[in-house]
Amino acid sequence: MSPKRIVERAAKKGLDIIAISDHNSAENTGAAVKLGRMKGMVVFPGMEVNTREEVHLLTVFEHVSQALAMQEEIYRRLEGKNDPKIFGDQIVANIHDEVEGFNERLLIGAVDMALEDVVDKVHELGGLCMASHVDRPSYSLISQLGFIPPGLDLDGIEISTPDAKGVVLNYVGEAPSLVCFSDSHRLEQIGAVFSTFFLEQPVFAELRKAFKGEGGRKIEF
Amino acid sequence: MRVRDIKEMLGLELMAGSSGLDRMVQGGYCGDLLSDVMANAPQGGVWLTVQAHQNIVAVAVLRELAAIILVNGSKPDPKTIERGEQEGIPILVTNQGAFEAAGRLFMAGIGRTRNEGVCS
Repeated sequence: MSPKRIVERAAKKGLDIIAISDHNSAENTGAAVKLGRMKGMVVFPGMEVNTREEVHLLTVFEHVSQALAMQEEIYRRLEGKNDPKIFGDQIVANIHDEVEGFNERLLIGAVDMALEDVVDKVHELGGLCMASHVDRPSYSLISQLGFIPPGLDLDGIEISTPDAKGVVLNYVGEAPSLVCFSDSHRLEQIGAVFSTFFLEQPVFAELRKAFKGEGGRKIEF
Repeated sequence: MRVRDIKEMLGLELMAGSSGLDRMVQGGYCGDLLSDVMANAPQGGVWLTVQAHQNIVAVAVLRELAAIILVNGSKPDPKTIERGEQEGIPILVTNQGAFEAAGRLFMAGIGRTRNEGVCS
């Protein structure tokens, strides 16, 4: 996985919009967004935050600067150092697939920040926040906390396969919007599942409207 | 044994839910996955966890648990304290880990049925 290979693979799979959401880090989003612009693909910068409760939250921003501001919040509350022998090298790459550096933080760790505080921070920075893969038995809002806390201001709930829709709807009810993404950790997973956003243009403001179901925008999978 | 007695025995600090201190403790459970606790914690039990989120109070109410002990120095979120107070679920904290705290409770007879192999 490198920014270049991800964008190329996504284009090949016919995707129009992707988001880069590494674990607790946004350091590779800049290169991916730049490559997207060069190759005519919309790439949004984001991050998958592992909260204090070990709940994964998928965050997406309009601008790299916002994702990096979120990253700063995360880094301040993330302890530990990566052991490449166990978790592999955490490479920061440029648009040419060259190694720019190594991220030495323990990115697999949990951030010492409560679920609600992460959601609020993402919104404060102008981003969208979803609960990741709630149909999975680990690191999901439902596995960790049993049910979706009332009043939690999420923009969406992500599931990892369309088959999980029925079960998850029991927990979620009507709102917020359900989405289905591939959570790709390897190139070959890209595009395995995806959601179709009905938008006027592939821009962030339209994504937000789609999550809210405004003006005929919608999300299907 | 009442929640109050456990508090004294383990030297726990009470953070919320003092109205539930006289509840009897019947058994216990350790777990940080609330989905698991919801499915398996025994009624009237004391629950040891590091999860500090407000959902723990709802789980305790649902399972009719006697009290929650946050172990390993974990501190309840402000909302958790609020909910614990409202629901009368004692929330206690300790720096002991779950293994040690549970071991002490078990030695004191919590969750032990008669003749279960612990020398006293």
